[in-house]
Amino acid sequence: MPSVKFIEHNGTEHVIDGNNGDSLMVIATSNLVPGIDADCGGECSCATCHILVDDAWVGKLAPATETEESMLDLNPDREPNSRLSCQIPMSDELDGIVVNLPEFQY
Amino acid sequence: MSEAILTNPSALTDPWSVPLSELDPSQPAVFQTDRQFEIFDRLRREDPVHYHEQGLFGPYWSITKFNDIMTIDKDHKRFSSDAGITLNERQADFTTPNFISMDPPKHDVQRKAVTGVVAPMNLAKMEPIIRQRAANILDSLPIGERFNWVDAVSVELTTQMLATLFDFPFEDRRKLTYWSDMATSSELAGGPTPEADRRAALLECLEYFQRLWVAREGVAPEVGIDLISMMANNPDTQNMDPMEYLGNLILLIVGGNDTTRNSITGGVLFLNQNPDQYAKLKADPSLITSMVPEIIRYQTPLTYMRRTALEDVELSGKTIKKGDKLAMWYISGNRDEEVIERPNDFIIDRANPRHHLSFGFGIHRCMGNRLAEMQLRLLWEEILTRFDYIEVVGEPERVQSSFVRGYSDLPVILHAK
Ligand code: HEM
Ligand code: FES
Repeated sequence: MPSVKFIEHNGTEHVIDGNNGDSLMVIATSNLVPGIDADCGGECSCATCHILVDDAWVGKLAPATETEESMLDLNPDREPNSRLSCQIPMSDELDGIVVNLPEFQY
Repeated sequence: MSEAILTNPSALTDPWSVPLSELDPSQPAVFQTDRQFEIFDRLRREDPVHYHEQGLFGPYWSITKFNDIMTIDKDHKRFSSDAGITLNERQADFTTPNFISMDPPKHDVQRKAVTGVVAPMNLAKMEPIIRQRAANILDSLPIGERFNWVDAVSVELTTQMLATLFDFPFEDRRKLTYWSDMATSSELAGGPTPEADRRAALLECLEYFQRLWVAREGVAPEVGIDLISMMANNPDTQNMDPMEYLGNLILLIVGGNDTTRNSITGGVLFLNQNPDQYAKLKADPSLITSMVPEIIRYQTPLTYMRRTALEDVELSGKTIKKGDKLAMWYISGNRDEEVIERPNDFIIDRANPRHHLSFGFGIHRCMGNRLAEMQLRLLWEEILTRFDYIEVVGEPERVQSSFVRGYSDLPVILHAK
């Protein structure tokens, strides 16, 4: 199973194996990684599953859809490597991906 | 207007006994008498995407299931907010534009200009102030004596919170409550206030805030928690025309006021209706975290948001025509058994309590949702350290509106610890 490393804002790391096809949001929340709220349950409509993808991995992801763009854009703390974790499905190509969690979700 | 409000009284008392075509949940009397849930149960069961040919405010669609509401809320390209977010038509000669009723790109620009005021860093700064204000209010309440919780606590606390957001002169803060109440209670929206009075109140509000704006122009906000300085000094908003300024003020005053106020009252009522939940809370105050979103779901302070179709759209086998009005009934979706377990029960320790529709979803999702939750959390933390029991001693009095689900009176007696 491919794995993902979540790094909390305080530096705590969680390395977790995930099923192919499960979103990073689902992998985080089903393994009790704190820092992702996911109020809408993965519908790309709340932006409370915001993550900052490690620069080395940004280019390996499919680009954000227009819907994801419009949700990300509401966040004044948006960074160039900001993504919504419910929109990133796990795959073998992403084995070892590193993502940082922001201090807050809103 | 008032004679139009009750077309068929039995649609209220027994919504299952009348033809579907006679049900109209846009009538304020439905909510004022708290009869909405059976109407929505029936609509969800028999016709979840229902066309009302004769609504109080003209024909419209009722969307009553959670997932259909989510679908529409996400689809801002085909379902516009630009014609307004309530079913009544706007008055062409008195429009107060604001970003809740705008589509992109203008919506995004204006929202971004003010959203910093409720950014997490700012909330952290506001937290001790709001906690102290809540504590002061609670300490001033009589023990063992009947009083109206709505006025003494719910209105007072939300008003003080708004005064904090705007850095509004504290002694004048009840003006904010007054303007908020006037803004939402127009006869044209089915409420009790003559439209002329509403306009006069709003112009008074504009005049007051224009003075604050002028005084703060060019002055950098020191801590950043002051919304007026923010708007007056942000290039995207500083050239706003007066009616648009008024519109955005009303948006924040109403958005931050009625909704939170009625959640504060609702919480006391629901805990009284569910003594087992009250006992659970007292035994474990850490449940406040999950209770707060449950209160907001159960109350659903804004019953619906309106959208207008920009093109023909198929939904659940129906064709919504270009130009049609829709009400996304959050209050119904929040009771949809297909998505929420035991939806009619108030359960303070749900596993996934924030999965509700009360804040909407998509690009218009409530900007103040974390602020609202924070206020409720702080208030309940302070309540539990002070009082053994807040006892509801009479029936609540509900407001006349099909949009704001609220209370004007909740008689209570406080019992000391
Ligand atoms: C329990 C309390 C609250 C509830 C239930 C609530 C509900 C909502 C809902 C349903 C919307 C979505 C509108 C739409 O989709 O058309 C909304 C938007 C909004 N709310 Fe709240 N609200 C609450 C508290 C607050 C507070 C405290 C503020 C103050 C900052 C606020 C400010 C706003 C603003 C500015 C918008 C417009 C967002 C946009 O159009 O992008 N709300 N609110
Ligand atoms: S979970 Fe809501 S946008 Fe990702």
